[in-house]
Amino acid sequence: MNQIKFVIEKSPRIQRLIDHLYAATPQIEADRAELITESYKQTEGLPIVKRRSAAFRHILENIPIVIRPEELIVGSNSIVPRSCQTFPEYSFEWLEGEYDTIATRDADRFYISPETVERLKKVHPYWKGKTVSDLAAQSMDPEVLDVFLNHGIFTVGNYFYNGIGHINVDYAKVIYKGLEGVIEEARQAMAKLYIGNGDYLSRKNFLESVIESCEAVIFYARRYSELALKEAGKCTDSVRKAELLRIAETCDRVPAKPARNFYEACQAFWFVQQLIQCESSGHSISPGRFDQYMYPLFKKDLDNGTITLEEAQEYLDCIWVKLNDLTKVRDAASAEGFAGYGLFQNLIVGGQNEDGVDVTNELSYMCMEATMHVRLPQPSLSIRVWNCTPHDLLIKAAAVTREGLGVPAFYNDEVIIPAIMARGLTLQDARDYCIIGCVEPQKGARTDGWHDAAFFNMCRPLELVFSNGYDKGELIGLQTGDVEKMTTFEEFFDAYKAQELHFIEMMVHADNAVDYAHSVRCPLPFQSCLCNDCIERGVSLQEGGAHYNFTGPQGFGIANMTDALLAIKTLVFEEKKVTMAEMKQALADNFGKGFIPKKASELTVEVAKNLAAEGIAINEAVIKEIYNGLINASHISADKKARYDEILRMIEALPKYGNDITEVDAFAREVGNTYTKPFENFTNPRGGIFQAGLYPVSANVPLGYQTGATPDGRLAYTPIADGVGPASGRDIKGPTATANSVARLDHGIASNGTLFNQKFHPSALSSMSSLEKFVAYLRGYFDQKGMHVQYNVVSRETLIDAQKNPEKYKTLVVRVAGYSALFTTLSRSLQDDIINRTEQGGL
Amino acid sequence: MAKNIFEQTGRIFDIQRYSLHDGPGIRTIVFLKGCYLRCKWCCNPESQEYKIEEMTRGGKVEIMGRDVTVAEVMEEVLKDRIYYAKSGGGLTLSGGECMAQPEFAEALLRAAHEFGFSTAIETTAFAHREVVQSLLPHVDHFLMDIKHMDSAKHKEFTTQENGQILENAKYIAENANHLIIRVPVVPTFNDTPAEIAAIARFADSLPNVTEMHLLPYHRLGQDKYAGLGRTYLMDGIAPPANEHMNMLLKAAEGASTKLHVQIGG
Repeated sequence: MNQIKFVIEKSPRIQRLIDHLYAATPQIEADRAELITESYKQTEGLPIVKRRSAAFRHILENIPIVIRPEELIVGSNSIVPRSCQTFPEYSFEWLEGEYDTIATRDADRFYISPETVERLKKVHPYWKGKTVSDLAAQSMDPEVLDVFLNHGIFTVGNYFYNGIGHINVDYAKVIYKGLEGVIEEARQAMAKLYIGNGDYLSRKNFLESVIESCEAVIFYARRYSELALKEAGKCTDSVRKAELLRIAETCDRVPAKPARNFYEACQAFWFVQQLIQCESSGHSISPGRFDQYMYPLFKKDLDNGTITLEEAQEYLDCIWVKLNDLTKVRDAASAEGFAGYGLFQNLIVGGQNEDGVDVTNELSYMCMEATMHVRLPQPSLSIRVWNCTPHDLLIKAAAVTREGLGVPAFYNDEVIIPAIMARGLTLQDARDYCIIGCVEPQKGARTDGWHDAAFFNMCRPLELVFSNGYDKGELIGLQTGDVEKMTTFEEFFDAYKAQELHFIEMMVHADNAVDYAHSVRCPLPFQSCLCNDCIERGVSLQEGGAHYNFTGPQGFGIANMTDALLAIKTLVFEEKKVTMAEMKQALADNFGKGFIPKKASELTVEVAKNLAAEGIAINEAVIKEIYNGLINASHISADKKARYDEILRMIEALPKYGNDITEVDAFAREVGNTYTKPFENFTNPRGGIFQAGLYPVSANVPLGYQTGATPDGRLAYTPIADGVGPASGRDIKGPTATANSVARLDHGIASNGTLFNQKFHPSALSSMSSLEKFVAYLRGYFDQKGMHVQYNVVSRETLIDAQKNPEKYKTLVVRVAGYSALFTTLSRSLQDDIINRTEQGGL
Repeated sequence: MAKNIFEQTGRIFDIQRYSLHDGPGIRTIVFLKGCYLRCKWCCNPESQEYKIEEMTRGGKVEIMGRDVTVAEVMEEVLKDRIYYAKSGGGLTLSGGECMAQPEFAEALLRAAHEFGFSTAIETTAFAHREVVQSLLPHVDHFLMDIKHMDSAKHKEFTTQENGQILENAKYIAENANHLIIRVPVVPTFNDTPAEIAAIARFADSLPNVTEMHLLPYHRLGQDKYAGLGRTYLMDGIAPPANEHMNMLLKAAEGASTKLHVQIGG
C-alpha cells in the first residue's frame, strides 16, 4: 500500500540525449532572421496576415534541419543544441548593442559567432522603423514611455521587445484530426463567408493565411521524413536504422493526418510545440493538460499490447529533453527578470474534468516520473490539487519535490475555479483550466491571456509619496503633498494608493499600446488556428479572435509594503518614536549603510566621470576613495548612523507579515488589494478585461536593484520579497505559520496567479512518513485557500551559503537528529555536522 | 492544579511548530523548563534549571524561560490545528522534563485532548509513581529515554541512578497506550555493542513495546553552554560514525525478539 507509484526504469538513451544537449554552449543562429527578411522584402504591400504566413512558409521550407544522435522525437529550431533563432520583426536594436557582451553577461549567456553577427548586420537595417517595438513606442503617450523606460516603476518590456506567447493551444485537434483537419475547418469557414459582409476580406485573408501556415508545417515535417530516410540509408547500426525509418514514416504522416498511436501523437505534439516557437518569440507556450489529451492513444496502445509502460515512458522522457532544446535570447535586462534560459513551458497533470470528475490517470504519474528521469528545468511541471485528488498522486508529487528541482508546482482547484469564473469563464471551462508560464490559470485552447503583461514594483509608489511625485528630478507621479505635513496614517496610505493607481493607469496604457502594435504588425496565423474561436470568427488571436481575452500584469512587493506601511503607521503616527522627517532622511541615507558593491561600482564610475568633467585628475587612489566612501557611507556622521541603527532596531522589533499574526496578515490583504482591485475597471484592445497577478518571476531582484531603501528596513538596491511570501528572513515561526499568513491574502481576486515559494531541506522529506506529513501540510495550506505553492528543497551548496548569510535563510527547515529545526538557529558546529551528513547522504 | 485547566500556569522556554519527528503527524512541541537530570551531553542546557536565566546567542542576550498559562500556550498550539487534523498530529511536551511540572503538564495534555489533538511526551520518567499515574490517561505516545542499564554509570553521566526510571518504564509499558524507547547513543558513555544490547534486552522485556530508536549524539548544545557561562563537559567528543551506528543497530536487533530498531526518531 504505502509506496510511490509508477517508478519506471530510465532508458539509457535519455542520459545520452541530455549529455548531447548540454555538451555545447548555446548559440545565436541567423537563419530565421535572414529568411524572414527575404520573405518580407518580397511581400511588401500585401495584408500583414498574408505576409506573416508567407514568411512562415519561407522559413519552414528553408531553415536548416537536424536529427540529433539517438533522437526518437525530432524537430529542432536550431542546429546547435539549446540555441536560438532571432525575431527581428519584434525588435533587434538591443541585440546590436549586446554583440560584444552577450557571451559574458550575468544571465543567460549565448555565444554569437563573428559570422552570425555579419549576417544579422546585413538584414537588420531592413527592420528599422518596422518592428512591433517601434510601433508600440510610437503608440505610447511620451510620458508613459519615459516612465516605462527610465523609472523602474513598471516594465512592459517582455512584450515590448518579444512575441507574446503565454498560450495553450489545441494539441488535441492536431493529434486527433491532423493539420489537414484544421485546413478543412478553415475551408469550411471560408465557404460560409458572405461576400456582402464588411469583414469578408479580413476573414478571407486570415483563413487563407491559416491554410498556408498549416501547409508549411506539413511540408516541414516531410522535410524531416526525407532527412530521416536519408540518414537511415547511411546508417550501419540496424537498431538505429529501424528507428530512423520509423521517424521517416511518422513525420510523413503527422502532423498532417491524425496520429494512429502514442508515438505518432508524441511527434505531432512536438512539431506543434516547436513550431509555435518558430513562428513567434513569445515564451510560455504551455503544453497544459498533457496527461489528458495524450491519454486516449496511450490507453489504446497499452490495451492493445502494442506498447509497454517502459516504451511510453521513454517517449515522454524524449519530449521532456526536447523541451529543453528550445531557448530564446532576450535583452540583458529581461534576461535577469526571466533568468535561467527557461521558456516556462508549463505542463500540468491531475485535476478534474469539465464535469467535475477527477481524471488523474497513469500518464499523470508518468509525467512526474519523466521529470525525475531527466532532472532538467523544462517543462515547468505542475499539478492540480483538489479535495478529490488521489492521495497517491500527491505522494508521488512529494517524492518529486524531494528531488530538489523546485517542481512540481501545486495549484488549488478550489481557489482557481471560482477565481476564473468571476472573470467570465463558464463552470465547465473553469474546471478544465491549465496553467500558463509561471502560475497563470486559463482555459486552454480558448484563451489569449496576455499573462505576464507587465511587472509592477509596488515599492516604488511609496518612494514617490516621500518625494511628492518626483523621481530623478522629474515630476512623474502625483503631487500628493509634503509627506512631513501629513497628520494621519490614513492620509499617508491614501497618498500611497493614489500614486500606485496613477502608475497602474500608465501601465495599462503601455500594455494596450503594445497590444495594439502586435495586432497591427505581428498577427500569428498558425498559433491562431489552434486556438478557438479564431477560425470560426476569422480573426487572429492578436486581433481578438480568442474566446476569452485577458491582460494580466503582476505586482510584487506586497510583503515589503505591508511591513513598510505598518512601520510608518506604528513608529511615525502611533508611537511617534520617529518623525516623518527622520524617516525620510533615513531612507535617503539608506539607514546609514553603504551601497551594495554592484551599485557602489556603478556609482563610482559615474562620480569619477563627473569629477573628470570638472577637470579633476582621476587616478586609482581617487577611485578607491570614492568606492570606499560609497561602501561605507562615510559621508554620514557617526551620530546619525547610531540613530539610524536605533530606527532599524525599532523596525526589526515590529511584528512582520509571514508569522501568522492575524492583524498583520489582514493588513497585507488590504495592501494586496490596493494593487489587484483597480484592474477590474480596465479593458484591453482585444475586447477583454485586465486581471491582476501577484508574482515577480525573478524580477524582484533586478527591479529591487532600482529601488531605494524602504521603511521596512530593506536596504537600497537589494531584492524585493519574492511572490506573495514574506520578505526574506522575516518569517521566523516555521513553515505552517508562513503558510497560514500567505493563505490570508485574497488569492481569488489575483486571478492572473499568485506565487508562493517555500524552502525545505531534503531531510524533511526523507522517509515515507515524512512524505505523508508533507502532503498533510500541503492540504492544510490549500484548505485555507492558498492558490499556489512550490518548494525549494535545498542542497548542500545552499546550506553552506546559509551558513555564510544566515539572514537570508531564517526559515530553512532541516532535519537535525531526532527532530527538525530551523537551520540558522543551530550552532556552527552542528551546521557543519549536517552539511557533512548531507554529503554522505546519511540523514 | 488550577480549577480551570486553562488557567494553570507553568514555565516554558520555547514553542516549536512544524515538528515532524516527535510523534505522529505534524506537531507543535512545547519545551518545559527544569529537569532533575544533568546529562553531560544535554543539547538543551537552558532547559535544565527551573529558574529563568540569560543566554547569549549570536551576540544577543536572550531571556530563557517565561511563565505562561495553559490558555496562552494553547493559543499558539491551535494555530496549526488544521495541520494536526490532516496528519494525525498534535501536541508534544518536551523539556527539560515535563514530569517536573506535573500539574502544568497534565493541564496542557488535557487541554490538547479536549481539542481532539494527539498528545505525546518526551520524558526520562525520573519521577514519583503518582506523577506518572497522573499523566498516563492523557498521553497517547510516550517517547521515553533509557540511557544505561548500569546504575553507577548512569549516575556518573546524568547525576541520577536509573532504578526509578526502569521501574517506571515497566509501569508505563504495562499501562500506556503506546511507548517507544529511545536511546541517546553517546560516545564514552553507552556506545559499545554490549551496552546497547543490554538496553535492547530490557526494552524487549517490556510488554507491548515494539519500537526502539537509537539517537546518535550530536553537538547541538555546545555553543549554548558558553552562552550560559557554563563548561561543556563533552568537549572533543565526536558524533558516532554511521558505520558505528549501524553496528550498534545490529547489536540491538540481535538482543531482541520483537523490537523494530531504527536509527533516528
